[in-house]
Amino acid sequence: MTDIRSYEGGGEARFGDYVQLLKPRVMSLVVFAALVGLLVAPATLHPVEAFCAILFIALGGGASGALNMWWDADIDAVMRRTQSRPIPSGRVEPGEALAIGLALSGISVVMLGLATNLMAAALLAFTIFFYVVIYSVWLKRITPQNIVIGGAAGAFPPMIGWVAATGSVSIEAFLMFMLIFMWTPPHFWALALFMKSDYGDAKVPMLTETHGRKSTRAHVWWYTVALVPFSVVLAFTTIGGPVYMAAALILNLMFLRGAWAIWRRDETAAEADRYRVEKSVFRFSLYYLFLLFVALLADAGLRVMGG
Amino acid sequence: MALRVEHEMHHRRFGRNLGLGVVLAAFVVLVFALTVVKVTQGARFHADDGKKNTGTVTQPATGGSQP
Repeated sequence: MTDIRSYEGGGEARFGDYVQLLKPRVMSLVVFAALVGLLVAPATLHPVEAFCAILFIALGGGASGALNMWWDADIDAVMRRTQSRPIPSGRVEPGEALAIGLALSGISVVMLGLATNLMAAALLAFTIFFYVVIYSVWLKRITPQNIVIGGAAGAFPPMIGWVAATGSVSIEAFLMFMLIFMWTPPHFWALALFMKSDYGDAKVPMLTETHGRKSTRAHVWWYTVALVPFSVVLAFTTIGGPVYMAAALILNLMFLRGAWAIWRRDETAAEADRYRVEKSVFRFSLYYLFLLFVALLADAGLRVMGG
Repeated sequence: MALRVEHEMHHRRFGRNLGLGVVLAAFVVLVFALTVVKVTQGARFHADDGKKNTGTVTQPATGGSQP
């Protein structure tokens, strides 16, 4: 009986723990971004090919999530938000996460190449490499600009979706990449201003802690200013249209207004109203990106209906 | 105390095995569907190849009849 008792204690993983390794919430965002990139592209894939493309782009994203959890297990164990992840909680062994991450990386890249084209597969491989090696292993722990660099990895999915359909990178794919790339820093730093994080305990340099909150506020404003041209120029490309143009004008003005408000106020004012402005800008930034991509889809729909 | 044949651990392992089985079955179905699509598209893409081949085969035959 003692032998059987020794198995008790919840040390063995459930299937869901392996799913958690793939960061399913991030995967759902990857699916949406890649789907938009694929649908607005001026080429059509067979529905089965399109399904495979989205699935394997998402799986590649999940694989990089597993590799990230493997590498960052020491940080995750320190921070409250991440302590319950499969590796720090002891449900999945680090070696298992590494093996799953590597295997799924290989499967997703090869299958995307077989389903669509080699260029898309190469881009997916580069994205995984970038997120895991360049961001997680190399730069995340040494520079407060880590959010900017990490944002690049998150910006690849619509570009890969586009390349899966067309076979090459074009200005439209590049601008969709830049849209997410430039959007990530102000979005995340707005969050960092009102979230009491424990990145300091985990020794991860965050702008709010290395350069202070005043500097972070300035960063939110200037990165939003830098984001606007990329977002607006997309309206004048082949995937832009009246819906996107209208959405871009309104949403960019609103984002600029919010970022300006963040920049112009100090900590005393922010603490007085419990970071109301920072919280609303953070929430708005989520809608900003989502609605711009929906607007791209709407214009693509209009083009299809218009013949 | 009776020996429990079905321990909680067995349930957990069964869940994992079932999950993996479903994933593998779905993968097989997907690869099969993708293969069918690729082969069908390939067949459509090469639909004219037969006619062209007939042309090239018949040409030397007519040419050969000349002195």
